Amino acid sequence: MSIISMSNLYKTYNTGKVKVEALKSIDIEIEQNQFVAIVGPSGSGKSTLMNIIGCLDTPTSGNYLLDGEKVGRFKPNRLAEIRNWKIGFVFQNFNLLPYATAYENIELPMIFNGLSYKKRKKRVMELLERVGLADRAAHKPTELSGGEMQRIAIARALANNPSILLADEPTGNLDSVAGGSIIEIFRELHRDGATIVIITHDRAIADNVPSTIKLKDGVIVDSLN
Amino acid sequence: MSHAWYLLRLFISDFNKQRKKIGLTVMAIAWGTVSIILLLSFGEGLKRQLVAGTAGMGKGIVVVWGGQTKKAFKGLPPGRRIRLKPEDIELVKHRIPSLEDAGGEYQRWGVAISHGKKVISRHLTGVTPSYEELRHHYPQQGGRFINQTDLDLKRRVAFIGSAIAKELFGEEEAVGKIMMINNIPFTVIGVMIEKNQMGMYSGPDEEKVVIPLTTFGMMLGDTILDVFIYKPAKMEDSERVKREILRVLGGKYKFDPEDEAALWMWDTIETTKEMRAITLGVQIFLGVIGGLTLLVAGVGVANIMYVTVRRRTKEIGIKMAMGAKARYILVEFIIEALLIGVLGGFFGFLLAGVMVRGIGILIDSISQMVSEDVAEAIAFLGKPVISVDIAVITALILLTIGFWAGFFPSRKAAKINPAESLRYE
Ligand SMILES: Nc1ncnc2c1ncn2[C@@H]1O[C@H](COP(=O)(O)OP(=O)(O)O)[C@@H](O)[C@H]1O
Ligand SMILES: [Mg+2]
Repeated sequence: MSIISMSNLYKTYNTGKVKVEALKSIDIEIEQNQFVAIVGPSGSGKSTLMNIIGCLDTPTSGNYLLDGEKVGRFKPNRLAEIRNWKIGFVFQNFNLLPYATAYENIELPMIFNGLSYKKRKKRVMELLERVGLADRAAHKPTELSGGEMQRIAIARALANNPSILLADEPTGNLDSVAGGSIIEIFRELHRDGATIVIITHDRAIADNVPSTIKLKDGVIVDSLN
Repeated sequence: MSHAWYLLRLFISDFNKQRKKIGLTVMAIAWGTVSIILLLSFGEGLKRQLVAGTAGMGKGIVVVWGGQTKKAFKGLPPGRRIRLKPEDIELVKHRIPSLEDAGGEYQRWGVAISHGKKVISRHLTGVTPSYEELRHHYPQQGGRFINQTDLDLKRRVAFIGSAIAKELFGEEEAVGKIMMINNIPFTVIGVMIEKNQMGMYSGPDEEKVVIPLTTFGMMLGDTILDVFIYKPAKMEDSERVKREILRVLGGKYKFDPEDEAALWMWDTIETTKEMRAITLGVQIFLGVIGGLTLLVAGVGVANIMYVTVRRRTKEIGIKMAMGAKARYILVEFIIEALLIGVLGGFFGFLLAGVMVRGIGILIDSISQMVSEDVAEAIAFLGKPVISVDIAVITALILLTIGFWAGFFPSRKAAKINPAESLRYE
């Protein structure tokens, strides 16, 4: 069974006078442990699609089944729980909390999940180790390099052992070396069994990912499995 | 733990960004707190003063004068004068068990009082021993009040008001001295304590000379009480006791217990109740003014919180993406608003405490410098007093305002669409 299943899905933004059809008639099936790249020009609806996959937004019409559950009907609190338990987000601009340390940023999803201080501490240390930044626990985001910030963001995304990792142009703000090491982490996570959806502009990355979904003007123009 | 610390740090960094605005609001809250506490404390001081003042005459007593009937009763025509006698005191005490005590007095104006070459003309009263408690005729150190033996033996002893003592004896000790009343020698047995008397009849007690009722009767021939006083054992029984007094005395003197004019009654219990109600009203009024100041400060807090929510939109989006429920965002912002309120309240309480003490000291020192009349007027206003009630009420008002000032901006924060807020750079 697919972990992500969308059929005839639409998303329309209604900004006053203008209606923007960001997604049109989307059909997608993503399996457990698949590594999928979403590509397409700017404004083609990639981020919109990912927000809907991640339950950060809801579709205007159509069906979306996540892990066999119909997400469209869920209330905001339930959506928050799904984001907390099943989804890990990684963003282009890192989106770390500026006042918090690396440690506290990673801890955040576990606080929302109600984990005890002891369990949180153990898991944060594990994750810091995993992304190779155990010595940066007490650093603020401003004291870290771009690549380091993104690795902290990945650690945060993994905090509650999510079933899906979503990354929106994770290397977009990084130089090629730092970007390469981030992609390497994603590959390792994929090898360890993670389901990963990554939005990217970088051909080199997209070409090395087994499956690709190509968007143009809100429509899937090409789907490679 | 680390989370609470994180919240506090957020608040501090917020504080730094809106330092001026938050500073002003904290000051407004502090000022509102100070004014509400000061106003309520002055009200409390005034209330205590008023209650103590009426109590100067005696607490919970009813003063009775003989009147004239207006209703015909059992074949007797209206217009008869009702005059109470000393034996009525024992009568009512015997017949009405719910009476704590009763007493009575003879009065005479303009009696010549002298000591040595000093001659003055004053009000003379002959009283029963029960006046010590009923009318708060407490002696100063070294003296005593008139007792039953004085009455039984018709002793020539006098108990004098503090003002009389000063006039006749100056700084000398009055107790044990001989003074002349209508050219008859009396021994001074006690001087009344100085009291802050507001309720009074026939002048203030400090200006009176008091002798045993029986001595007065023998000397001046009085047989009819000018004033009769009783006190119910329980304040809340005052209405029932009043009806019983009218029934017993009405039975003896043959007047209708419903006849309002037969006896004149001054119920100080009623006066005390009214006085309490008035001062409570004043306190509420002053409290409302302070409350309004705080309300304005509350609007300031809400304003700050709206700005904070707008500035932290992205951050709220991040937290929501990580799985924060609306409830969590709501509580976080409310706590921040409450923190501003608590900070202002803390300074307010501190300042108010200092000011109340300062005013108390100031009043004391002013009272010593100015003339007696002015000092008395200041004493009447009373010193501000912070009671536990006032502190609790003020704290509750602060918390309520802080909560609501935080609630509406926080609700706005909790309703933010995470997908949209994350699009902002
Ligand atoms: N919250 C929004 N309100 C209005 N229009 C939006 C909103 N989000 C996205 N859009 C529009 O939808 C289209 C797709 O946007 P997006 O999914 O961000 O594209 P991409 O990520 O591929 O660059 C764009 O035209 C964008 O302007
Ligand atoms: Mg995008």
